[in-house]
Amino acid sequence: MLSCKEVTRLLSESQDRELTLFEGLQLRMHLAMCKGCANFDRQMKFLRKASRQYAASVSRADRNDRSD
Amino acid sequence: MAPIAKEDLAELRRYLMRFALLHLRDRSRAEDAVQETLTAALEREDGFSGGSAVRTWLTGILKHKIIDVFRRQRRELATSELADDDAEGRDPDALFDAAGAWQTPPASWGDPAKMLEQKRFMETLEKCNGDLPERLAQVFTLREVTGLTTEEICSELGITPNNCNVMLYRARMGLRECLEKNWMTEGRPS
Repeated sequence: MLSCKEVTRLLSESQDRELTLFEGLQLRMHLAMCKGCANFDRQMKFLRKASRQYAASVSRADRNDRSD
Repeated sequence: MAPIAKEDLAELRRYLMRFALLHLRDRSRAEDAVQETLTAALEREDGFSGGSAVRTWLTGILKHKIIDVFRRQRRELATSELADDDAEGRDPDALFDAAGAWQTPPASWGDPAKMLEQKRFMETLEKCNGDLPERLAQVFTLREVTGLTTEEICSELGITPNNCNVMLYRARMGLRECLEKNWMTEGRPS
């Protein structure tokens, strides 16, 4: 059984590489039972979405600057 | 080769500055990188042909300039007396007890879609990113904002995959904590 600490590390890595089947299974089991880690999981996905949106806003600001 | 109109060049320069600042966090370093990018571009006349591809092409050159700056910094850091722990932020281990359970389990953030619509949230994200130790912010921004893969980051910066994973983990833990402190408790509209 994975600890919360191990789960946070795996959830971080899941954003950078494909987890193995076993890792994914262990993760899902833990998340089903642990509310704190389930919240953390949603927050990590949100952080990625927010960063992408931030990147997009950098390019958008470019178009807003245009005077033509 | 079609020459680029003056106003287009000014606009390109503004965009490149924003892109450089995002990564380098320092105006004079960002200006240097943009200047070097434009100089390099002018020397390679064949690629400078106008149109929307110019920005993508220049951004590609700028990325390499930014990574060069990071590499130089790393070499300087490696020879300085800075311990890795200082340069790489607080150890997330402190958030857990001896058995690896949360000291304070993360609470729900409510409806994140609403947060993203608010300008102040992006400012908080920017501030939290600025508060991260520089080396962590560099890796995080290359990964999440510029969208490089961890393999690319490792080979470009000459760090091991494990080190890269640890830095991304620490950056994410740090950002999460900072957002929770600065947005969830104060910034969130009730």
